[in-house]
Amino acid sequence: MDLAYSKEDEAFRKTVRTWLKANVPKKDKTLSDLPPNDPQRIQRAKDWQRRLYAAGYVALGWPKAYGGQGDTDIMRQTIVNEELVLARAPGLIGASGLTMLGPTLLQVGTEEQKQRYLPKVLSAEEIWCQGYSEPGSGSDLASLRTKAELAGDEFVVNGQKVWTSGAQFSDWMFCLVRTDPDAPKHRGISYILIDMRTPGITVRPLVQMTGDAGFNEVFFEDVRVPRENLVGELNQGWRVANATLFHERNMLGSTTRTQLMLQNLIRLARRHSRYGQPAAEDPSIRQQLADLTTRVEAMKYHSFRQLTDATKGRQPGIGAMVNKLVGTELNHDICALALEIMNSYAPLNRGASHVIDNGIWPYEFMFTLGLIIGGGTSQIQKNIISERGLGMPKSR
Amino acid sequence: MDFGLSEEQDLLQRAAREFLAQECSPQFVRALLDDEHGFSPELHRKMAELGWTGLLVPEKFGGLGLGLLDMALLLEEMGRAVVPGPFLFSSALATFALLRGGSSTQKKAWLPRLASGEAIGTLAFLEASDRLDAAGMSLKARKKRDGYVLSGTKMFVPFAAVADVFVVAVRTGGKGEKGVSLALVDRDAPGLTIQPLDIFDRTRRVYEVQFKEVPISGFLGKEGKGWKLVAQLQDLACVALSADSLGGAQQALDMAVEYTKVREQFNRPIASFQALKHMAAEMVSEIEPARSLVWYAAYAFDTRASDASRAASMAKARLSEVYTRTTNKAVQMHGGIGFTWEHDMHFWFKRAKWNEFAFGAAAYHRERIARFDGY
Repeated sequence: MDLAYSKEDEAFRKTVRTWLKANVPKKDKTLSDLPPNDPQRIQRAKDWQRRLYAAGYVALGWPKAYGGQGDTDIMRQTIVNEELVLARAPGLIGASGLTMLGPTLLQVGTEEQKQRYLPKVLSAEEIWCQGYSEPGSGSDLASLRTKAELAGDEFVVNGQKVWTSGAQFSDWMFCLVRTDPDAPKHRGISYILIDMRTPGITVRPLVQMTGDAGFNEVFFEDVRVPRENLVGELNQGWRVANATLFHERNMLGSTTRTQLMLQNLIRLARRHSRYGQPAAEDPSIRQQLADLTTRVEAMKYHSFRQLTDATKGRQPGIGAMVNKLVGTELNHDICALALEIMNSYAPLNRGASHVIDNGIWPYEFMFTLGLIIGGGTSQIQKNIISERGLGMPKSR
Repeated sequence: MDFGLSEEQDLLQRAAREFLAQECSPQFVRALLDDEHGFSPELHRKMAELGWTGLLVPEKFGGLGLGLLDMALLLEEMGRAVVPGPFLFSSALATFALLRGGSSTQKKAWLPRLASGEAIGTLAFLEASDRLDAAGMSLKARKKRDGYVLSGTKMFVPFAAVADVFVVAVRTGGKGEKGVSLALVDRDAPGLTIQPLDIFDRTRRVYEVQFKEVPISGFLGKEGKGWKLVAQLQDLACVALSADSLGGAQQALDMAVEYTKVREQFNRPIASFQALKHMAAEMVSEIEPARSLVWYAAYAFDTRASDASRAASMAKARLSEVYTRTTNKAVQMHGGIGFTWEHDMHFWFKRAKWNEFAFGAAAYHRERIARFDGY
């Protein structure tokens, strides 16, 4: 156990901090009044990731051959994450490519695939979306029915995906399709990469409870995909997907974002008064703030522990299985307390007069509930922990 | 950065688990429930032979010279085995008080004996007011011609009946922190009366200790300057108890999961029911992150990090609740048998409640965290 920072680390932190201070995008009121998926906001988000990448602060651990920094020192990765929080930097628009597709390709992709796709994931030149869920396949994902038939050198894809976040502005989709309808359900699935501009694809936005169209239905009608876009072996997609799901769950449970939300929450509690006193002076609010702080700190150290295990080449244990469950519920609890603090002001929408923090809290309160459901619901997570982690038998 | 255990620490913990499975089985614990003092001198001697009683004691006084993180790993295993006896209070608290506050004469007199297991120490801290702050220390130390004498009562003193030396928080003058001193009292000192209190956790015996003009053998540190060390002892106790709670919670979970795999109802193992699987998964999701919190709190204490007290409070706040919730669920997962005296689960259920309130419950520590964080 050694959490001390070396002189080099401290120097690195200083460099990162200076860079962030000069480069983190300033708040732009005209932009923040627009819906999250407005093209102007998307462009600005891409610009931010591109600059952060150019500075060398995106996905430090990826090999240089694919545009990464080849820097596997977890201390420096941690420093970058911490400084991003402190600088209140916006999240990365290419997150699904960075945390789900990237690690999967690095693990099972061909050399050509890695060369072709990874550099543009880093620079946000290409944005990725995930094609997993279908109308009839939610928690029982392996029952998916979107089929891909091999015709010569191409797959012909027909079917429908749903809850596809960011499909309307994504360039590519990593997608699960059924390639062998006769095999048992887990053994007839393949993992393919689909160019979203291919003819036959229709994206129809779905409006979420937040009022925004964050996710979509995606329809495939005789969509032709080159065979070389297959990742891993034919019909082995379930195994590839499980690796990706693991990464997704870690992203959804990410502590960096949570720490930032907690900081904002404490700020809100200090600033906002209700029932005649600042919320931060109300004993019940203080108790809840300190409880959330404790749980956030626990997850921070929990992630340090997993990073250490990873660098030492140890298999992730049962501890890694709780990240998604705990992380997403923690985020939602933070937002719930923010609403409690805001009281009568809580339901005011973005742009409303008297709105606090431009409506981000009620928006996040709803959005984070979506994250509890997406990527495997909390209930599915509990099944996974108890079955794979504790060896309890499957339910009948 | 390295947030993990060293090979030696892994080894220490594994060896402790194996030793305690052998030497401190649930049957052994059960037998000690009826023991007059809730203490096995033989087990204490065996633990001393392994160097555990001297874990924090520097080598020159016959110990291993290790830190609180190592101690926490050991205590985690003791919590798992719900070891009865004064170990935590003697080998962590009283030993640390002497180590940090003792003069070289006091250290020479006590540390080798504590390390070898020959002597047992304890901390006399709480009073009837049940306050954790300096204002709660009202036991009077009065100066006489040949030294100080103590008059008053200390409450809830762990394992007082088997202690050879008491570290006593006393008031030598004034109000608040300034008049608090830490006194060392020999068990043979005249005027000392020790009364057992009948409590439901028979693995953690506590006593009312009355002082009637009891001469002290000396102060730890300067007279009137004891509060800083008392505060440090509280942090230490928080981390130590959290480690014990962590191990206990893990054991309660393991026992409950094992039981549900064996117990059949509706012609299937009850472990296949999602109602129970989800309870178990919730226990895991609280225990695993809590483990990292305990490790960090111990590390922060050892390295005297600026947030060491805050980290101790976080560990104590979290583990106080997690242990209680986990044992509560574990009893329920056992059904009716879990509620019986015959089944062992109540050992952990009761220990969880003891640990929850000792040295401040969750709400107390959360308020402390709020103040550390400046709101």
